[in-house]
Amino acid sequence: MKILVCISHVPDTTSKINFADGDTKFDTNGVQFVINPNDEFGLTRAMWFKEKQGATVSVVNVGGPETEPTLRKALAIGADEAIRVNTEATDGFFVAKQLARVIEEGAYDLIIAGRESIDYNGGMVPGMLAALTGANFVNTCIGLEVEGNEATAIREIDGGKETVKCALPLIIGGQKGLVEESDLRIPNMRGIMMARKKQLTVLEPAEVAGRTAAVKFEKPAPKGEVKLVSPDNLDELVQLLHNEAKVI
Amino acid sequence: MNTPLPPSRGELLILNKKTMSILIYAESEEGKLKKIAFEVASYARALAGQTGDTVTAVAINAENTAELGKYGVDKVLKVSDEKLSAFNARAYADVIKQAADQEGSKVVLISSSANDKYLAPVLAVNLGAGYASNVVALPESTDPFRVKRTAFTNKAFSITEISTDIKLLGLSKNSFGLKESEAAAAEEAFSPSLNDDDFSIKTESVDKTTGKVTIADAEIVVSGGRGLKGPENWGMIEELADVLGAATACSKPVSDMGWRPHSEHVGQTGKPVASNLYVAVGISGAIQHLAGINASKVKVVINSDPEAPFFKAADYGVVGDAFEVVPALIEKLKEFKAQNS
Ligand SMILES: Cc1cc2nc3c(=O)[nH]c(=O)nc-3n(C[C@H](O)[C@H](O)[C@H](O)COP(=O)(O)OP(=O)(O)OC[C@H]3O[C@@H](n4cnc5c(N)ncnc54)[C@H](O)[C@@H]3O)c2cc1C
Repeated sequence: MKILVCISHVPDTTSKINFADGDTKFDTNGVQFVINPNDEFGLTRAMWFKEKQGATVSVVNVGGPETEPTLRKALAIGADEAIRVNTEATDGFFVAKQLARVIEEGAYDLIIAGRESIDYNGGMVPGMLAALTGANFVNTCIGLEVEGNEATAIREIDGGKETVKCALPLIIGGQKGLVEESDLRIPNMRGIMMARKKQLTVLEPAEVAGRTAAVKFEKPAPKGEVKLVSPDNLDELVQLLHNEAKVI
Repeated sequence: MNTPLPPSRGELLILNKKTMSILIYAESEEGKLKKIAFEVASYARALAGQTGDTVTAVAINAENTAELGKYGVDKVLKVSDEKLSAFNARAYADVIKQAADQEGSKVVLISSSANDKYLAPVLAVNLGAGYASNVVALPESTDPFRVKRTAFTNKAFSITEISTDIKLLGLSKNSFGLKESEAAAAEEAFSPSLNDDDFSIKTESVDKTTGKVTIADAEIVVSGGRGLKGPENWGMIEELADVLGAATACSKPVSDMGWRPHSEHVGQTGKPVASNLYVAVGISGAIQHLAGINASKVKVVINSDPEAPFFKAADYGVVGDAFEVVPALIEKLKEFKAQNS
């Protein structure tokens, strides 16, 4: 089985979010970048398929040279090879088109992406990839098994989950649940050394017109002071929620 | 009285503009439209007011479609098809695409429910549309088409420009609200042609708790953190949720330790929450937690540590021991309910 894991390179979850150039660009100053958490759960599940079922695992990112440390980290965790499509990831459709080309050339059986990246939260790349390539697609995937040409996937739905079956090739939008938090791997020294020798192929992008563009950013209005209520006077809290906030 | 001037070329073009229809997908469950469908309808009506378009809804196996009229829908395309009784992203996207084609819609609106987010990117590709998810306001301008959406998991907003002829918007829950307007929705049967490819994914089983409000649909969410010490202490959280008619949720470590199911984990890496009221008990307010729940309108925190970061993000706070505050609050709420019913 050939697996491709799509890796988004995103600011660490603790990052302060600031903008530059008249609020038109994300300010990367002092920001630490990591593998998108949803993708990391997927990558870890891919390692399971590698170790238990002999799958080969490639990772791919659409981005500039600055994303290579993130790809190297995925290699250190155990992926076999990496691909970088050398262009700025400006729009979900644009990224999906670049990835669709990688998928068609590589004839992958299983493509694991995250349900969304935690920076732009577009939540569109995996589904668009499926529509572009004709592969099956399961979103918010929290469990995945593959036997021969058939996959069994568990999808989180509002208020529960459902189990579905389909043929490969399959694309999933993954999240926590694919593996547990405690299954996530921190690369060890040996992994890091080996990662340096693994193949990282740089591809030039296909010419594609984007369909959306973030033209400006805004930060939420600063929050007012919290109103403190004494634990001995909870009637006041009930009244505030009823009369002032009007939520009960 | 002024004699009207003959229209200039530009005005002629506008006069000749065919009224178009904004299409909404009105999501239902077990035959009943969801509240979010009415919110999407309200948004579409307001947008149609700006652009001079009409509003058409497409609904799949839903019964109470006449209610859409109350929120400004002019016409409902009703699809009744056994094959669509279980949600299927590809098939549903196909239905919406065919409805948009028939109506010649240039703007297609859906919600941000799990199912809508699932079908949206497929629909966007099929329509050749640019797609903006998590939209929180009416477009700032329609030419160029610019709309505000959340980004960086609620830590910021982005103004997104969609450059395609057809636009697909996913509306964030509770961001626009319900706005009633008088219209009588005409109903029309709609029979899209579906093919086998649409059903290449087979649903084996659905495991859903019935009779409990879900985090996605809840107006109020009561959430517990590590400060509750152990799973045996969740009785009072459930009781508080019960009196409030709320869904229960939890912080990430609580689900990682197995005190509560993963489906209750909210935050940046868990479920997003956009309720009217969010009550956090024994949760410190880490940045990743807040990011996921910040879209909630009103936040209440109960925490024994006055320095807990949650107090900076909350509207109302009680500094105190949850094991005393929560039972007392339950009693007060019961009294309040008894007086107000
Ligand atoms: C990549 C990444 C992603 C993450 N994603 C998420 C996410 O999606 N959601 C999430 O929640 N977290 C997430 N986290 C974890 C987050 O950083 C925090 O560790 C977590 O939110 C803390 O949970 P907590 O508030 O329940 O526990 P703690 O931080 O331990 O806080 C417990 C609180 O309970 C209070 N307390 C103790 N006893 C009592 C009492 N008797 N009465 C009242 N209060 C009491 C304490 O004062 C304290 O403030 C993520 C972390 C990382 C690194």
